[in-house]
Amino acid sequence: MSRNISLRDFDWTLIAFVLIICTLGVIEIRSATLHTKFAGVHVKQMYWIAGGLIGMFVVSLLNYHALLERVHWMYIVALASLMSVLIFGQKYLGARRWVKLPGGNHFQPSEWVKLVLILAVAKYFSDLQHRELTWSDFIKAGAIVGVPFIMVMGQPDLGTALTYLPIAVVGLFLGGVRWKQAAVVVLLAGLAMPLAWHHMKDYQKQRLTSFIAPDADPRGAGYHVKQSKIAVGSGGIWGSNSGSQTRQGFLPEPHTDFIFAAFSEEHGFVGAMAVLLLYFIVLMRLTQNAQTAPDRAGTFIVMGVVAVLTFHILVNIGMVVGFMPVTGIPLPLMSYGGSSVLFMFLALGMVMNVRMHRFVN
Amino acid sequence: MFGRDEKLSPVRLTAVQYVILAIFLLLAYGLWQLQVSQSDYYSAAAEENRVRNVPILAPRGKILDHNGRPIVENYRSLTALLLRDSSRDLKADADLIAQGLNLDPKEVRDKIRRFSSLPQYQPIYLKEDITPDEEAFIEAHRTELPELDTIMAYRRLYPLKGFMAHLIGYVGEVSEDMLNQPGFELYTPGDVVGKSGVELQYNQILMGKNGSRRVVVDSHGREVGKPLEEKPAEAGKDLKLTIDIDLQIAAEEAIGDKNGALIAMDPHTGEILAMVSRPTFDPNDFAIRIKRGDWNKLVTDPDKPLLNKAIQAQLAPGSTFKILMATAGWQENIAQTLNVHCNGGAEFFGRRFGCWVKSGHGEVDLTKAIYQSCDVFFYTLANKLGIDRIAKYATTFGLGQKTGIDLPQEATGVMPSEEWKLRNFRQKWFAGETISVGIGQGAVAVTPVQLIRAISAISMDGRMVVPHVADPTGLPPNYLEVNHYTDVKSVPVDENGWNLITDAMSRVLLPEGTAPSAHIPGIDIAGKTGSAQVVSLATRAKHQNNEDLAQNGWFVGFTPRRSPDVVVCALFQGGEHGKLAARLATQVIKAYVDKQRRQPTKVVEKPANGGKTEIGALWTSPDEQGDNDKLQGGRFLIGRPKRSAPLAVAAPGLGGVN
Repeated sequence: MSRNISLRDFDWTLIAFVLIICTLGVIEIRSATLHTKFAGVHVKQMYWIAGGLIGMFVVSLLNYHALLERVHWMYIVALASLMSVLIFGQKYLGARRWVKLPGGNHFQPSEWVKLVLILAVAKYFSDLQHRELTWSDFIKAGAIVGVPFIMVMGQPDLGTALTYLPIAVVGLFLGGVRWKQAAVVVLLAGLAMPLAWHHMKDYQKQRLTSFIAPDADPRGAGYHVKQSKIAVGSGGIWGSNSGSQTRQGFLPEPHTDFIFAAFSEEHGFVGAMAVLLLYFIVLMRLTQNAQTAPDRAGTFIVMGVVAVLTFHILVNIGMVVGFMPVTGIPLPLMSYGGSSVLFMFLALGMVMNVRMHRFVN
Repeated sequence: MFGRDEKLSPVRLTAVQYVILAIFLLLAYGLWQLQVSQSDYYSAAAEENRVRNVPILAPRGKILDHNGRPIVENYRSLTALLLRDSSRDLKADADLIAQGLNLDPKEVRDKIRRFSSLPQYQPIYLKEDITPDEEAFIEAHRTELPELDTIMAYRRLYPLKGFMAHLIGYVGEVSEDMLNQPGFELYTPGDVVGKSGVELQYNQILMGKNGSRRVVVDSHGREVGKPLEEKPAEAGKDLKLTIDIDLQIAAEEAIGDKNGALIAMDPHTGEILAMVSRPTFDPNDFAIRIKRGDWNKLVTDPDKPLLNKAIQAQLAPGSTFKILMATAGWQENIAQTLNVHCNGGAEFFGRRFGCWVKSGHGEVDLTKAIYQSCDVFFYTLANKLGIDRIAKYATTFGLGQKTGIDLPQEATGVMPSEEWKLRNFRQKWFAGETISVGIGQGAVAVTPVQLIRAISAISMDGRMVVPHVADPTGLPPNYLEVNHYTDVKSVPVDENGWNLITDAMSRVLLPEGTAPSAHIPGIDIAGKTGSAQVVSLATRAKHQNNEDLAQNGWFVGFTPRRSPDVVVCALFQGGEHGKLAARLATQVIKAYVDKQRRQPTKVVEKPANGGKTEIGALWTSPDEQGDNDKLQGGRFLIGRPKRSAPLAVAAPGLGGVN
């Protein structure tokens, strides 16, 4: 296998669109936190993005085949880090999700576990050379994602745990799942729902009920959904230049989970559509890269990234417009947060690497 | 290992792209809905989010005595509260907060924990009625403790220890029932309205009109910038009572903690100068919110502390009724010539009626019958008059009917007659019943205010005034059911008759009378004692002379004996004999006369420690002219720094200074 790869094969178009989204994110973070105690975090976000870009270049230089060969070790380390969160993690807002790193930073291991899962799933399905999946394949692939899924659920962080599922779903779908298998799984999932409800924490139930009836308790759990819809709706077509919902603190967490609501208030339907379009271009560009990948493994890696990104966008913007319950899932590339930014750029690094190998054989 | 293996199904990859497109269309649809279709709705909601109507509370009017001295005032009361939707670690700040507000840190933490399940926007009420020091602490820590805030309300400041409590009444949050009553339609839930006494009767005058302010607020409810619109509050009007605080103090001191009531009235005008009912309650307990236990204690107390006995106690008037009998007898030309030999009792309709003096009074005419309170004379008179003639005069003088006093829930009392008995009991009146009525027993039941009005009329050539506690000038027309001035009636009474009767009454306090021990040298007091049985003497004996069944002592007296300046009625429940009631009443009369004669009535003591005063006290303080003895009511101090503190001086017996 040749190592003759070149930066010329980098997807500069993709990076350009990604950076436009990041820039809009930084501007909105600045605007949303202007007069709050978070003022100035947009500079930190820029450092994260810069760090992410460096990380992306470094990862893009690592041959993804080499990564795939070591994926079982990475998987073990991933499980170990999740275990360490459960044991040593910092309890914040009732959940252990963070590990304190030396130097005062907090790290959320469940983010980088996503990268490992993308690789692990890619490895598993690329090793299967047959088109039709057996039930045992199905269960094994499910277990690869299922074990960390349950561990993250235990933190408890249902939102992040759910972001693991699309990796498995896309893997199975592209790996050749049969319709009958899919139907059985959907049916089983439907039957498991009431059971899951039974095991949910109160605040999780509350979020779900408040999603269904947000006006029932407007300043309790439904408050976030209601305020988000008000912020988005009051933006109108062209945006409200006062941005009052965000500025006066009615919109909760306007620089992290609800950044899209803050952006939509300020820039209106036109602005929101523009951002949606940017994300759509990025996703289409990624799927194109998946199609041109040199092998099955490459395609699976890129589509894993696509799955995670799409899921994040669906759940986050869906939450902002009131279609989805509040789950605490950030909007990739825009929301403030180091773990999220690093994950996206490292994932893009893997995509770059796959792309750079497309003419290599 | 990773050779050019089998490519993935391009159909499925394309399918993924379509799924992504579908998701984006769905999100775009969501945005369209919010930002285009329902944009107006959400813009309005955003406006509503930011703009809030904040009421500006109007202070209630002060209640003043008839010289304009304050009795009830307001004070600005601040409540410290904890805003929980600020992103602060409240438990970490609990120690500092507790220290600054003089609370127990454990209590603060407990409160935070207890409230944690409630919606965030509900603040925790940490401490009501905070002191200036605590307010200063909150102001000084605005940045360190942004979650601490205060809200202001005007609270009623009543005299301490139930001074004048029944007359003043108290305020409270308007109840659901009240909102449905006529006259209260304009109030909204949460309004503080008068609930009893003058506070209720004159609520419309005392209550101001709340203003409001439209303000822009942030998500913590804090105001941002200038108000958009401001409608100032209209303060309630002050209400001048007819009460003279000096006389009120004398009455309160006279009755002490005995059960009963005292009324002092100007017989010319009907102005009530003092009104006391015992036992009393502290209306300050109602000013914030009365504790359930305290309330239960008040309503279950057999002595009924919430009852204003001066207008609500309906009791047999006993021998005081003999003044009405004497007047009726004179007007009917029976009493003038009636002479009775009293040997300690007499027989009527086959039953023996005893005189209270077992040995008898001997030969008795009208004058002696009054000052010696001879029962046999009045039995005989009652027998000659018959119930309907007695009822006619008693009713003319207002017994068994409301006097129209400007206080809520005045009781009616009972003046029996043949018709009354037929109506209420469907029975014929027995002539024997008339005999008991002759000495104010039997079915007769009067309120102290009825009695004072009736007897004052007899001493005033038949002038029937309308007793009232507030100065009616400045009141809106038809505010009161009865007009204080135009509804004054004149009952024709023969001049010789009422002169003889009042002359006889003036001997009641002389050695030959029934209450010589109440005599006050140098003051011409005329009056009549009464001792009314609660139950018959026989029943009482059965209950081993149980104290609850002790006789009620009455006294109605006035000075001077004709066209008096002041009339006083004393009811001493369980006082056994009218002479004890007479002692209470004459103290008030003495205070009145002393004041007229500009004699110092009381020794004013300065408190030893000088500074700190409980709120709600009555005390004297030096005014601008340096007059140290001027009494002021209702001003308050809460250990303020020295610079503005007037020297607080206690009014004796009210115990407000500490």
